[in-house]
Order: sequence, then C-alpha cells, then structure tokens
Amino acid sequence: MSCYTLFIINKAGGLIYKRDFSADAPKLSVNDQLRLVSTFHSMHAIAGRLSPVDPASGIDHIETNTFQLFCYQSLTGLKFLITSPAHTSGSLEHLLFKTYQLYSDFVLKNPFYELDMPIHCSQFDTNLDKLILGK
Amino acid sequence: MQSGSSGRPKRLQPLVDRPLSKGKGEVTLSAFGFLFSEMVQKCQNKARTVQELESRLCNYGEHVGVRVLELLTHREKGLKRETRLIPLLSFLTGSVWKTLFGRPADALERHTQNEDEYMITDKDPITNKFVSVPSDMGAFSCAAFVAGIIQGMISGADFKGTVTAHPVSNDDGSSKTIYLIKFDAEVIAREKRFA
Repeated sequence: MSCYTLFIINKAGGLIYKRDFSADAPKLSVNDQLRLVSTFHSMHAIAGRLSPVDPASGIDHIETNTFQLFCYQSLTGLKFLITSPAHTSGSLEHLLFKTYQLYSDFVLKNPFYELDMPIHCSQFDTNLDKLILGK
Repeated sequence: MQSGSSGRPKRLQPLVDRPLSKGKGEVTLSAFGFLFSEMVQKCQNKARTVQELESRLCNYGEHVGVRVLELLTHREKGLKRETRLIPLLSFLTGSVWKTLFGRPADALERHTQNEDEYMITDKDPITNKFVSVPSDMGAFSCAAFVAGIIQGMISGADFKGTVTAHPVSNDDGSSKTIYLIKFDAEVIAREKRFA
C-alpha cells in the first residue's frame, strides 16, 4: 500500500517519530515538522470538544483533493498519523493499529528507550519497513 | 503428627505430602519482554561502563542458572547428575534450552585449536528479541543474561568456567549469537584423567 509519511506524537503534543515511505512525500524542515505536529495535536483536541456528541474522538480522517490523512489515538494519548495519496481506497486505520502493536513491542520493551523521547530503535524501523513497504 | 492421607481430601493434605507439580511451563513473551527490560534498566542505573553492565546481567543469569540446573536435574533426569563434559553440554543444549526457550539450541561446537573452548550458537535469543542497542554501546548484547545462565549451570555442575555472549552477523545480513564457554584448566585435566 502506498503511504507518504508516518508521524508519531506523544501525549504532550511533541513529535517523537517521523518516517517517509515514498519519494513523493513533501520534504519539511525539522522546525516545520514540529510545528505541524503540535498544530495537529491542538486541532485534534479542539475537534473533540466541538463535537455535539459526548464523548467524541477527535480527528480521525482528513480528506483533501491531494492527499488523505488518517489518525489513530491510543488509550494512552499517543497519536499515530499517516498521510497517503488522494485516491486511497479504504481506511488505513488497521495499518496504524499494527504500527501501534509494533511500537508496543519494539519501543516499549526496549530498555534503552525513555518514555516520550524521540524514537531511535533499529528493530522498530526494520519491522515498520516490513509492514508498510512489504519487504 | 498425622501422616498419610487416609480419609482427608487432597487439598487438605500437609504440604510435604502433596505431589510435586510440574509447573505451568509457559509464560507470555510480552511479560518476559517487559520484565527483562526493567532488569536491564536497573543494571544500567547501577553500572558505569558497558562491561560493568554486561557483568551485572551475567550475574543475574548465574542466579537463574544454578536453580535451573537443580530443577531440571530433578524433573527431567531423575536426580542423576552429569559428571562428564560432553553429556553435560548435550543436556544443556537439549533439555535446558527446550525448557527455557521452547526449542533446542542451534549448534554446539568445540573450538578447533583450544580444547577448553566450546561454542553454542543461537539464532534468535529471546533476550534480544525486542531490544535495539544504541550504536554508542558497541558490541553489547543482552544475551549476556543467557551467558550468565549457562555459567551458573556449569559452575553448579562443578565444571567451572567463564561464558561470554558474542553477536555475530551472518553472510546474509541476519545475526546470530554465539556463547563461548571457556572451561578452567583443572576441568580439562580432570576430563582427560577420566577418558
């Protein structure tokens, strides 16, 4: 399946992981990435509050004419975002859920990882490659 | 003191009269992963260098090794203990590995030049399954814990030696771990006397 970029946001709204899976993904500077992600974090929270239905989930899916964005929020407040080309059929939410499983395996069980810090785990990267790029 | 079990239901028997259970035998991999991660973090807090971290982890493994030897000698082999080197190593790579990790070890070899060195190969030690070692730690492997288990077992069986874990990468990019067992000189001399 084709995807552009994966972002992982910690519960404070800070970016802890970003990975491009396609050469078409837009190149953003580090500052831009951080700003984008914290803006999304705030929008997600506002969307949850604006909803007339209580409890509401916040932003799940953004569809534009150039790309789509899917968001999965775990019970611990961690957000997984993935952007994909405009005409992706079906939801990529299952992919995000599997990414969450990989996160809980290769990041949380890693003794060298501190919670809420940027993720630098080689096993997480290799398994993510296998999941998203299929190799 | 009342002995035996006449008339009493089984669960009210005195503890020493009840049969020894074989135990559950299985633990979830995730539970082990989290517990081991905490163990490594605890060692890391106390250790100042990578070598110290490895030796602390090895120390933890030794505690396990001594007890596993006793337990498995009782359960599997009917209290018959190994007195010769090769049968001990076969027991280690066969029964012990199967009980601890669910499969026998991949290979057991003797070093070609040094007759006091043996090598056990394991393609995927469960201690390393979820761990990504940061690049500034060099050749550190959490399999030092398993090396400690082996060391505890051989010293409990009265074959003193040192065991170290070495990660090795294969030709096709995958990696395996080799446990190098170096026996003390007196152990080899004793083996020669028996042979």
